[in-house]
Amino acid sequence: MPEPEAPAADGVVVEINGREVVARKGELLIDAAERAGTYIPRFCYHERMRPVGMCRMCLVEVDTGRGPALQPSCMIECSPGMKVDTESEVTKKAQDGVLEFLLINHPLDCPVCDKGGECPLQDQTMAYGPGESRFVEEKRHKEKPIPISDLVLLDRERCILCDRCTRFAKEVAGDPLIHFIHRGNDTEVNTFPDEPFASYFSGNTVQICPVGALTASTYRFKARPWDLETTESTCQQCSVGCRISIDSSRDQVQRYAGVDIDPVNWGWLCDKGRFSHESVTAEARLGEPLVRQGDELVPTRWADALGRAADALRGASSPEAIGVIGGARLTNEDAYAWAKLAKGVLGTDNVDAQLGDGLPAEVVLGLPRATIDQVCEPGGTVVLLGPDVKEELPVLFLRLRHAVVSDGVTLVEVSPRTTGLTGLAAASLQPRPGEAGELVRALVAGSDAERDVAGLPAEAVNAARRLLAGSRGPLTVVLGRPSVAESATAVVDAATALLAARPDTTFLPALRRANVHGALDMGLAPGLLPGRVGLDEGRDCFAGSWPSVPASRGLDTEGILRAAADGHIDVLVLLGADPLADFPDHDLAERALAGARAVIAVETLPNASTRRADVVLAAAGFAEKAGTTTNLEGRVSSLSQRVTPPGTARADWMLAAELAARLGADLGVLDAEEILAEIGRVAPSHLGLDLAVVAGSPDGVLVPLGQPEAGPSSSGDAPEGQRGAAADAAAVRSDAADDTTTEEAEAAAAAAAEGAATAEAQAGAADGAAAGGDDAVPDEPLSAPRPELVAFVAGAPGSAPPLDAYAFRLVATRKLYDQGTTVQASAHLAGLAPGTAARVHPADADRLGVSAGERVVLRSARMSITVPVELDPGVPRGAVALVTNQRDVRVGDLIAVDGPVTELRIETAS
Amino acid sequence: MARLSPDNVTLALEIIGRYPRPKSALIPLLHLAQEQDGHLTDDAMAHIAELVGVTPAEVLGTASFYEMFKMEPVGRYVVNICTNIACQLLGGEELLEHAEHRLGVRPGQTTPDGLFTVEDVECIAACTEAPCLQVNYRYFHRITHDEFDQLVDDLAAGRRDDIPPHGTLARVRQHIPPERRAGCVLPEDTATPVWIASASTEEAEA
Ligand code: SF4
Ligand code: SF4
Ligand code: FES
Ligand code: FES
Repeated sequence: MPEPEAPAADGVVVEINGREVVARKGELLIDAAERAGTYIPRFCYHERMRPVGMCRMCLVEVDTGRGPALQPSCMIECSPGMKVDTESEVTKKAQDGVLEFLLINHPLDCPVCDKGGECPLQDQTMAYGPGESRFVEEKRHKEKPIPISDLVLLDRERCILCDRCTRFAKEVAGDPLIHFIHRGNDTEVNTFPDEPFASYFSGNTVQICPVGALTASTYRFKARPWDLETTESTCQQCSVGCRISIDSSRDQVQRYAGVDIDPVNWGWLCDKGRFSHESVTAEARLGEPLVRQGDELVPTRWADALGRAADALRGASSPEAIGVIGGARLTNEDAYAWAKLAKGVLGTDNVDAQLGDGLPAEVVLGLPRATIDQVCEPGGTVVLLGPDVKEELPVLFLRLRHAVVSDGVTLVEVSPRTTGLTGLAAASLQPRPGEAGELVRALVAGSDAERDVAGLPAEAVNAARRLLAGSRGPLTVVLGRPSVAESATAVVDAATALLAARPDTTFLPALRRANVHGALDMGLAPGLLPGRVGLDEGRDCFAGSWPSVPASRGLDTEGILRAAADGHIDVLVLLGADPLADFPDHDLAERALAGARAVIAVETLPNASTRRADVVLAAAGFAEKAGTTTNLEGRVSSLSQRVTPPGTARADWMLAAELAARLGADLGVLDAEEILAEIGRVAPSHLGLDLAVVAGSPDGVLVPLGQPEAGPSSSGDAPEGQRGAAADAAAVRSDAADDTTTEEAEAAAAAAAEGAATAEAQAGAADGAAAGGDDAVPDEPLSAPRPELVAFVAGAPGSAPPLDAYAFRLVATRKLYDQGTTVQASAHLAGLAPGTAARVHPADADRLGVSAGERVVLRSARMSITVPVELDPGVPRGAVALVTNQRDVRVGDLIAVDGPVTELRIETAS
Repeated sequence: MARLSPDNVTLALEIIGRYPRPKSALIPLLHLAQEQDGHLTDDAMAHIAELVGVTPAEVLGTASFYEMFKMEPVGRYVVNICTNIACQLLGGEELLEHAEHRLGVRPGQTTPDGLFTVEDVECIAACTEAPCLQVNYRYFHRITHDEFDQLVDDLAAGRRDDIPPHGTLARVRQHIPPERRAGCVLPEDTATPVWIASASTEEAEA
């Protein structure tokens, strides 16, 4: 355990306004002062970016022994004995002068500026600036806002040239598409002509711009800060689970902003998350239940819709004739209620939250889990064995990018085609689809491969192999489904090989959908019960609170759809699932919907599958109900209600409870909080969890609680930025000591230190997040012995069929923007879906005699589609890459889920 | 008016090879593009971005910092007349006014025949020879109004082949024999930079 005094030992004592402050070694003066309670005004400095000293607002008088002089506090590190005066006459005059200069060319159009009321330039001018300007000359004029992308507008007159947006674009996002142009008085931020700021992260610049120069097209003139009501919540557009704030006005969601939490998003959001608020208020939202009348779905009363749904469920010939798919849209509480309804009341185990495009639940839950911080631990090595993180889990991409660029993390990528991270990878290997297992076995082998592996030259494989063998830090794997056109077997096989070779490996599962990890934790998967236990292992835990537990393992989504297609499913329940769009095999989904006797859809927005349903239950969505969600790390964090749901839409858990009541059972819950309390009582991995625990830790709580957390093996010198609980506690203590040592602060420090100690003792490894709040971790040991949690089932080496000379293998990946319902319901995002073409390696195109832009027929055993060709050296030879769920091209038509890979022929369309 | 010509691409690649990082070749390549088209076209900047591996916005950001890179077409001859203090005292302002009348354009404008662009500039470091001017950055010292007229006539009549069209820069085309190049090893990859090594040997010898 690290010495509690460690930070103080190499701390630096400085004097700020006559008070002694202990700064961390290398800490910037502006940060040290803020920690000690002295806020120094600033524009350009941002704690998540490198300082540049552009604006001079942070000038303070600093004396390092050579007499006091004005220094930008964002550019100097604290040094021993430094004396700082942030309130001296000289400092004040400097602040006053800087503001007067900044305002010289500022249009002062606050009354029509979106930033008005929350603008650092307004606020700091009020606090530190001159009352009047002496500038009587004509100001600079520029064309009022010019769009620099579909989402962001730029008003150059208002810009104070702080370099935050441009630094963000280059340093954080890696998309330097905006830049300072011209010089001196003519300097402005701009893009290259006709090349918009089309970054997935552009919205962050709006959030960090300290003036109203960058505004969001979705929020222009929509509201004023003083009309807004704000609640903190967690983004539900993917499983990263970024912390956000929801602003509403007149009961309408107006915008989201990123909230800075250390373990996850650092304040950033991706544009899909940030601008998806438009889908909450979308015209198309379902506000009332619908039932089928002939060819049409017509609105009806809840009693009627629920009655019909209950009748259908009651009329099912056996429990196994009911299938429930979906659940990633749900909160943990919703998911638990539906699991209880399906498994406990209806008695079916045909339940699956994944849509055949993820990984087996036992793999996700059974592998030793890594946190994002562990993956990004300085000096570590990360194997990316999954999808394109930039497209599917964008803020995880930002964290990984930072880890590689700034923290010396080594990235080894094994992906079916190049990804957004390829440029950062120390080695990037594109095995033939279906052969990732074989490749990874070669990568962890004790000796060099002698011939080609998975279509890759031996030298490339061996170079990566040596890289892995030589890695010293922790090894983590980001594990997901790289392409829906190949089965999960290959990556599971690869994960098995990695774990066997390096048993200390930890895994960050990269399933994409919002709360899919929470849904799996809550038992929405065949063979599982809430709390990561198998049916048999968990039976006893649920005996008291559930009417029954299914006797044997049921079917996953593929199995359910097959059974439905064969006429064995009487009721198919779609819990926020659109199998027609999302299940890899479109034909099977189609036949399943046709074959199921009744389809009940629980949805927020209409989609292809709800249009085929017999009963549609309108569900309350994001920002419309409270609850919790679980991200890919297993971090449980809160979701808040900010607005009322449209029409009479209800929370999903309520619908489960209503249906149960109509079936003569009682789920025994009256609100989401009670459900969470029940989860905390019965779900083995969640024992001890309740609302107080979640609410008490702003960073969220990692489950399983109090379980040994797979983590960095040495608890000693945790590197900067990765400080463990003990270090945090010590920091609290030193903060408290710096302060006017109140009893409260003392107590808090002591409690934090104690909490940390307990956590350390329990965990054997420090983890700041779990012990973040004083009472986040229950101190007393768990009362009942916990049943065995789900264990990882090793994959068997699968083999893809040998490739004949003419066949290609399909790679089907995703883009951030697609035809998915939330993107399409968000007016400003809908048009960003890029479409797709058949991407092939130039050498293959040569061999086939096709050229870019030419239309070809892709023929699989299932069907054929016609698409234009694009040449792409990032696609391995012998493969064709398509993007799923894009306009005009239905990739699912080609895929048959029964094979390990999807083989194709390319024929020229004539 | 476009991307770099095949010949210029060949030269560009050679220039890139002279530097440890491709990005370092940005300024010389901008000169090359300006030489090709007389000013920097968007297409050329986008092409240079591809060649050195940065975004077009970064190329534009760098290029637009420098006055001598023209973003708009300019005349075949860019006439810079100094109006800073020494030249001003010795008639620089009057020379500029004369030039405006003679050519019929204001500073920053180009004559309709596309031959001349007049610019007023700050000190061009030839104060001892005031009033002075440059044509395509070639100096002309102690210029009288008559001499100015003569110069303009000569240029217009094509009698001054010592002054190449705007954008032509001999330096970019200089040939550096391979053995004299700095080599393309990144600084962080060289154990000790050459100059430090030689400095320490010198010290040791001393
Ligand atoms: S647009 Fe905003 S963030 Fe960007 S430089 Fe100007 S003031 Fe700073
Ligand atoms: S990365 Fe995921 S959780 Fe974060 S803002 Fe984007 S969609 Fe939301
Ligand atoms: S905040 Fe320090 S110079 Fe801008
Ligand atoms: S003032 Fe004209 S050259 Fe110096």
